[in-house]
Amino acid sequence: MEKIVIIGAGPAGISAALYTARGNMDPLVIYTGTGALEKAEKIENYYGLERPLSGQELFDTGIAQAKALGVRFLEAQVLGISGFDTFTVKTTAGDIEAESVILATGGKRTAPAIPGIREYEGRGVSYCAVCDAFFYRGREVAVLGNSDFALHEAEELKNVTPSVTIYTNGEAPEFSREHSIAVNTMRIQSVEGEQTVSGLRMETDVSALEEGEQEASFYPADGVFVALGTAGSTEIARQMGAELTEKGHIRVNENMETTIPGLFAAGDCTGGLLQVAKAVYEGSVAGIHAGKYVRKRNADRS
Amino acid sequence: MEITLTTQNFENEVLKSEKPVLVDFWATWCGPCMRQAPIVEELAAEGYSVGKVDVDQQPALAQQYGVMSIPTLIVFKNGKEDSRVVGLTAKSDLIRLLGE
Repeated sequence: MEKIVIIGAGPAGISAALYTARGNMDPLVIYTGTGALEKAEKIENYYGLERPLSGQELFDTGIAQAKALGVRFLEAQVLGISGFDTFTVKTTAGDIEAESVILATGGKRTAPAIPGIREYEGRGVSYCAVCDAFFYRGREVAVLGNSDFALHEAEELKNVTPSVTIYTNGEAPEFSREHSIAVNTMRIQSVEGEQTVSGLRMETDVSALEEGEQEASFYPADGVFVALGTAGSTEIARQMGAELTEKGHIRVNENMETTIPGLFAAGDCTGGLLQVAKAVYEGSVAGIHAGKYVRKRNADRS
Repeated sequence: MEITLTTQNFENEVLKSEKPVLVDFWATWCGPCMRQAPIVEELAAEGYSVGKVDVDQQPALAQQYGVMSIPTLIVFKNGKEDSRVVGLTAKSDLIRLLGE
């Protein structure tokens, strides 16, 4: 069992790692890519930088700094987190048990605003296969997404119905392993239905059609499960049942603790300023309080 | 105390109730539902009428009310659905729905 697992290796995640490592919590950082920093060509408004640094340089320096302090890193995608008292972090590299988790994967991926998704929430559109698979036994379901996150949701659904299709909405599939789920890569125009969802309407690429050919553009589905991009902090928190704010960020208190005890969040995923300084502050606070949480939990049990 | 709702008692406990009733559709396997449970429990302890439908035990009720995502919380007033929210919902929001 890990004491503290940190998801994300940007300014928030690394700051949390530095503070928890210094507090003898021996943290494990799980990460995939650079996130928003990758797009920052030049950072010149952060304290202590004599010359501007690129986001990538800052990211690499942060990881090197944490490694020098003995922080362990695992490069893997997180697929979801379950559990109640302690946490089970499901990743593409296996399951990891943890006493406390800090979510610091950055902000929401800007999911394409497909018309109909919001309108049909709770009436066929779902964000949690584990929660809602039950309602689609033996029915036709669609999973929106193109990564292992979507594949994980699709396989969850496959337990209850044989008709599961992943729709990538024009993105190239990025699955890290072989699977038996049907994949459709057409671009989605809208989610359609009446009282409840009836299916997906596709954009028709007229140029790809032979003369006189008709392309089917409507794909029936009773349920549409949204799993776009990789599972970000917000998606993970939502599936776990942590409260989100009205703007869709993770709700935290002044200790950066979410509404789930032992689950913390820091950086862009909590909303507010999208700045390195703010992420560093929040990561530090989350690290300190996750450490306190674990120490108290162990003291209470002994 | 929350009332455990079934197809047998739903009409009496919810549709014929003089007070607004909050109905929580949930299941044991759903993480967000388990987080919702203590919130509706508090509301019941504070005197609000609260009923719970375990969709696993009562699939007919879930189907009748078009529940396709859990947790779904429906407020009934004067025997009719007054409002519904899908997903984990804060206590203050539920009180607002019960009071309106």
